[in-house]
Amino acid sequence: MNETIRELLTRVGGLPVAVTELEDGADLYAAGLSSFASVQLMLGLEEAFDIEFPDSLLNRKSFASIAAIEQTVSHILKAREAA
Amino acid sequence: MDMQVSFLDRLFDAGLLIETGVDGLYGRSGQFEDVIAAFERLIDKVGGDDGAEAMRFPPGMNRAFFETSGYMKSFPQLAGTVHSFCGNELDHMSLLKCMEVGEEDWTKDQEATDIVLTPAACYPLYPTVARRGSLPAGGALFDLQSYCFRHEPSKDPARQQLFRMREYVCMGTESHVTDFRQLWMDRGVEMMKSLGLEVEIDIANDPFFGRAGKMLVNNQRDQNLKFELLIPITSVAKPTACMSFNYHQDSFGLKWGLNLEDGSVAHTACVGFGLERIALALFHTHGLDVKEWPGSVRATLWG
Repeated sequence: MNETIRELLTRVGGLPVAVTELEDGADLYAAGLSSFASVQLMLGLEEAFDIEFPDSLLNRKSFASIAAIEQTVSHILKAREAA
Repeated sequence: MDMQVSFLDRLFDAGLLIETGVDGLYGRSGQFEDVIAAFERLIDKVGGDDGAEAMRFPPGMNRAFFETSGYMKSFPQLAGTVHSFCGNELDHMSLLKCMEVGEEDWTKDQEATDIVLTPAACYPLYPTVARRGSLPAGGALFDLQSYCFRHEPSKDPARQQLFRMREYVCMGTESHVTDFRQLWMDRGVEMMKSLGLEVEIDIANDPFFGRAGKMLVNNQRDQNLKFELLIPITSVAKPTACMSFNYHQDSFGLKWGLNLEDGSVAHTACVGFGLERIALALFHTHGLDVKEWPGSVRATLWG
């Protein structure tokens, strides 16, 4: 999952730094992730993992770092299994 | 909805707004315009000493600038583009025939011009200022007013498709522009109170399009980027935004290359007055006959 997220981030994140150089916990907004790029990232994650973000998770916190994205996606996947 | 329709009908009956057959597109009476002119003088009185540079643009803007602004990313549903007939004589004949028969849409061959209807008074400002080069270290302040277009037909007289927005736009450091925004929140409340209007200020968001827009809405609200001054017009439960106070962080600075003298990217903020909405709030609160308005309100506006 980490790799898929990093690939997406490279493709749509529009970051001025190389994604490979970012730690999992690094603040993506501080690294230059714009609101619009985070929306594209969200849509890309939905497609890659065949999930749908609930409105409650459509916020800055969910996309604040690679680790946060992993946590958010895992949460959605688990919630789906439980359903 | 009933309350909106009945208020709109009363405004038509009183002749304050003039029906055109299109929802949200109205003429204004001399009386209505006089209230707006008086309110704009009040804005000048409150903000005039701040030394803003005034600029007035027509209600159309350069399409290239509109494209750069990113408006279509966020609000495609609201935008209006200007299209014109660009064909030859033969095309003209088929156009007329098409209009005469009325079965086909005669506008389908109209071509986009270089003009887009202005969505907010400040949109033409940023590229204009960027062309001038660096901003002074102390920042810059601008005064704008324009008719603006938003494609959202409605029976609510407070939601018009063509309406006027008066704006102050501040560019500078983060603290400079957020202080400016706070100053106008305080001033706005005082101004509306002096007009006998019931106001509240609340955190707000722009009407971003689609599901992706939900995320932009949440981001905007989480970061306290937009506030609105609300006044009841057609609903007490859902009062209408008559002013908005927006902090754009450095997003416009980065987009347009607005830099301060020291090379740092300018932060920007804008304060907008919805002039028709404020006039409607006054008519709704004090009645449709301005001669009957409270003396203190009349004195504030025309004293």
